[in-house]
Amino acid sequence: MTTHIERASAHADTLAHTLANTLPAQQGSVRTVPVGHNVAAAALPGKLAPAMNTLLKPTVFILLSLPFLWLVYALFVGELGANPIEAITDYTGEWALRILLLTLALTPLRMVLRKPWPIRLRRMVGLFAFFYALTHLLTYLLLDQQLDGRAILADIIERPYITAGSVGFLILFALAITSTKGMMKRMGKRWQSLHKLVYVGTGAALLHFVWLTRGDQIEPLIYLAVFCVLMLFRMKKLAKRITATS
Amino acid sequence: MKDWMQIAGIKSSEITDETVFRRRRQLIQASMAAGITGFIGGEAVAKALPQPIKPWPDSAMDELTKEEMATSYNNFYELGTDKGDPVKNADKLVTEPWSVVIDGECDAPGKFTLEDILKPHDIEERIYRLRCVEAWSMVIPWNGFPLGDLLKRFKPNSKAKYVAFETINDPNLPGMKSRVLDWPYREGLRMDEAMHPLSLMAIGMYGNVIPSQNGAPLRLVVPWKYGYKSIKSIVRITFTEKQPPTSWNMSAPHEYGFFSNVNPDVSHPRWSQAKERRLAGDTSGLAALFSKKIESQFMNGYGDEVAELYADMDLTKFF
Repeated sequence: MTTHIERASAHADTLAHTLANTLPAQQGSVRTVPVGHNVAAAALPGKLAPAMNTLLKPTVFILLSLPFLWLVYALFVGELGANPIEAITDYTGEWALRILLLTLALTPLRMVLRKPWPIRLRRMVGLFAFFYALTHLLTYLLLDQQLDGRAILADIIERPYITAGSVGFLILFALAITSTKGMMKRMGKRWQSLHKLVYVGTGAALLHFVWLTRGDQIEPLIYLAVFCVLMLFRMKKLAKRITATS
Repeated sequence: MKDWMQIAGIKSSEITDETVFRRRRQLIQASMAAGITGFIGGEAVAKALPQPIKPWPDSAMDELTKEEMATSYNNFYELGTDKGDPVKNADKLVTEPWSVVIDGECDAPGKFTLEDILKPHDIEERIYRLRCVEAWSMVIPWNGFPLGDLLKRFKPNSKAKYVAFETINDPNLPGMKSRVLDWPYREGLRMDEAMHPLSLMAIGMYGNVIPSQNGAPLRLVVPWKYGYKSIKSIVRITFTEKQPPTSWNMSAPHEYGFFSNVNPDVSHPRWSQAKERRLAGDTSGLAALFSKKIESQFMNGYGDEVAELYADMDLTKFF
């Protein structure tokens, strides 16, 4: 059973490329998986299916590019206010976190909808999260700290929120560079274990947000709540697996 | 500690035609750039603001922050925690009528209308650097009068060692529904700090009535301390014998001390205070991305004037 699932996912371009791989890990053959969920690819019924297959990725690509395009526009028309560097830092950081949570929402979405298409988006959405996180980091390094090495090092060591942010970025970086098909093949089983780190990375990013916010904590708490809900789906899955093995 | 009356009496300044000329030119450029001719409201304040306003000879010579920037990027949590909130919610702050309660250790306490408060004072224009604890700074021409001149009128007695301030506490203000700080917003100064000639009561900026988002109709400006010490929209001034509680110190005592003097050598848990981003000049296009970050100065550059207030103190301990 497991090997069948593995093969299906490896062949289907839909399941292969993800930052947050949440496929059931190989845990031995005892585990049972409802077949209908995982037979991927062109399983969409009706006339809509081909159109959706073609348009899904480009549409999501454009949607996730919009926040960045708006930022460039806002910068040039002077919409970013009195402190544009701070505005860019906050904005790219928030979008990185939102898209990261969206990545983690795709597997639960598949479970709820019982459709395979959310999984086809995981790698792209994950790479978008990385893109915004990279923009966030570069804004900090180049524009905020202006490559002042000592100040940057002091920040990473002395300020827990920056330490957490650095950890989160390093994890996303590792996931992004191993997100290619080639890397996936080369790494085999270790790829799955590595990409499970997306949970740690998201946790670190959230901690970064909670710790840096002074005063009003409502916004970071909303993100934290969304993360907890998304993790509950994984817990459910884990619980199922445990009951199935025992 | 020095006798505060003595300190208040000290004022040395030299006027040169050159500095006056440069300052005026800066001001005219700034107001033209802003394209703003005046703010509506604050009749009492408008009456008290002379035109033209007498310039102060010791004003900072740095490039001015544009008026539109200084009035749209504000930390005023009663009007919302986002820096763009206060200007959006400015109309929620009702500044007329306005009165200030003076109480505590003084011989002439009472409740005074804004007119009463402002009447005897000559308004002057002082350009100060404003350094926020968040590591950004502005250069703002304030219109006001020395705080010490105001405090003396209420005859503080020998027990008055500190002076406490309170911001308006109106539950209708949009930001006050959140429990982000323990309202009302409170600040305080040691008496010698309050009587120092640099401590200013402001009612205007850039020659206009101070807008709500900047602390209408009456706010404090203490240029050698982090911005949050310069309390906005003051409704109460209390002379105290003991050091009064202050809002950010109450909220996070290890981050915000009572004194809160600008000090690049004392790092804050969130922000290194060694440098600051000067918010002046371009805010759009590529130029905005490379706005200069400058070295922060001890006491925000006012060390020559105020260092003596802290002569015997360990500033890493009393931050």
